[in-house]
Amino acid sequence: MELVSLFITSFIVNNIIFMQFLGTCPFLGVSKKIDTAAGMGIAVIFVITLASVITYIIHYAILVNLELEYLQTIVFILIIAALVQFVEMFLKKSAPGLYQALGIFLPLITTNCAVLGVAINNIIYEYNFVESLVYSVGISAGFLLAIVLFAGVRDKVDYADLPESLKGSAISLITAGLMSVAFLGFSGLQL
Amino acid sequence: MVIVKAVAVTGGIGAICGLLLALAAKLFHIDVDQRITDVRNALPGANCGACGYAGCDAMAEAIAAGRAPVDGCPVANYQAHAKIADIMGTSAEEGEKKVAHVLCRGNDCLASKKHEYHGVRDCKAAAAVQGGDKSCDKGCLGYGNCVRVCDFDAIDIIDGIAVIDKEKCTACGKCIEECPKAVIEFVPYKNNVIVGCNNRDFGKAVKDVCKIGCIACKICEKNCPYDAIHVTNNLAKVDYDKCTHCMICVEKCPTKVIEGDLSIKDKAV
Repeated sequence: MELVSLFITSFIVNNIIFMQFLGTCPFLGVSKKIDTAAGMGIAVIFVITLASVITYIIHYAILVNLELEYLQTIVFILIIAALVQFVEMFLKKSAPGLYQALGIFLPLITTNCAVLGVAINNIIYEYNFVESLVYSVGISAGFLLAIVLFAGVRDKVDYADLPESLKGSAISLITAGLMSVAFLGFSGLQL
Repeated sequence: MVIVKAVAVTGGIGAICGLLLALAAKLFHIDVDQRITDVRNALPGANCGACGYAGCDAMAEAIAAGRAPVDGCPVANYQAHAKIADIMGTSAEEGEKKVAHVLCRGNDCLASKKHEYHGVRDCKAAAAVQGGDKSCDKGCLGYGNCVRVCDFDAIDIIDGIAVIDKEKCTACGKCIEECPKAVIEFVPYKNNVIVGCNNRDFGKAVKDVCKIGCIACKICEKNCPYDAIHVTNNLAKVDYDKCTHCMICVEKCPTKVIEGDLSIKDKAV
């Protein structure tokens, strides 16, 4: 039950985009079309989950044992960068369409602060292995939810009659802000 | 000692990651068509999208896959097309290159004005006031909307009319879309003989407003030995496929509205 609560909390209540404002670069960059947004979301789920498992193991097996916790940031970034490279190769081979669609934003998952954020949060909140796994799946599913919802809204906004000065990123940022306000409604939700 | 440990751990993790990635690169290796890379290098790399593909990378892929013609890039010059054709193993037949051309020669000295225009220096704004300040309602207004939309710096306003540099023109068609007077048209690059007028009124009406308009006298049509110029709707038009650049029409035209470089006159005829 606690795990379910943890999942829902990280999925909606503490949504990575709308409540923690992490990972907004791909959120704004790859949300023009729902399919690519969903592809990006799934790639991020894959990277975040894998990254938090590996960083968790590395942290407790190596860094803590050798009293090198202060190397956390640099080691985690190293691992995330390597992982993203791996995901890129994997996608290029197995899903070239998705690889094309994600384009430059795929390598940019490396600099997606959500990935590093989740890996570090796992350590800060002192989650055990299962909890950190659930937390990272929840957070990245939250990213998927946010980016798909946002892409859907942007799709509609594209056809709206907007003032010239608001077209493009301006209205996107306003939309994101309004969605964030909507997600505030979930805060304080207890399970 | 601590620093050695730190370096060893970071370096070790880095080395392991690197090794694993190298392994993965072998495992997930895809044979990229060498031609795609070669074609991509031969393309100009402007990523302008004038070919209809998303950019030069997409165009290179399309050419390598045979979906696009080897001379499909409107920006690349003939040498680049030949190089791409060479990579693809086909011969480069020079596709007919087109350029945009302003069909008006009525500059400030030759064409009269029906009123003074002191508004915004914009063709569309000027055209909104009684169809523009030129007496000829088909002519180039010369306020430079085409100059502003041209990405290739190929258009200049000279003496109040737009002139397109055909060496710089890439036939992207932006000026044609922009011009409120529809006075710009595609003509073949290699063609020199062009009737520089767009007015389809009767001779007298044209003569009243512009000294260098086509008055539809049909002298060119009668004199052309190749049946390559015809007057339809009171306006002479060159048949670019038949024209041999003999320049007879250019010499005979009473208003000198037919553009043509007499120095390259075909001596053989």
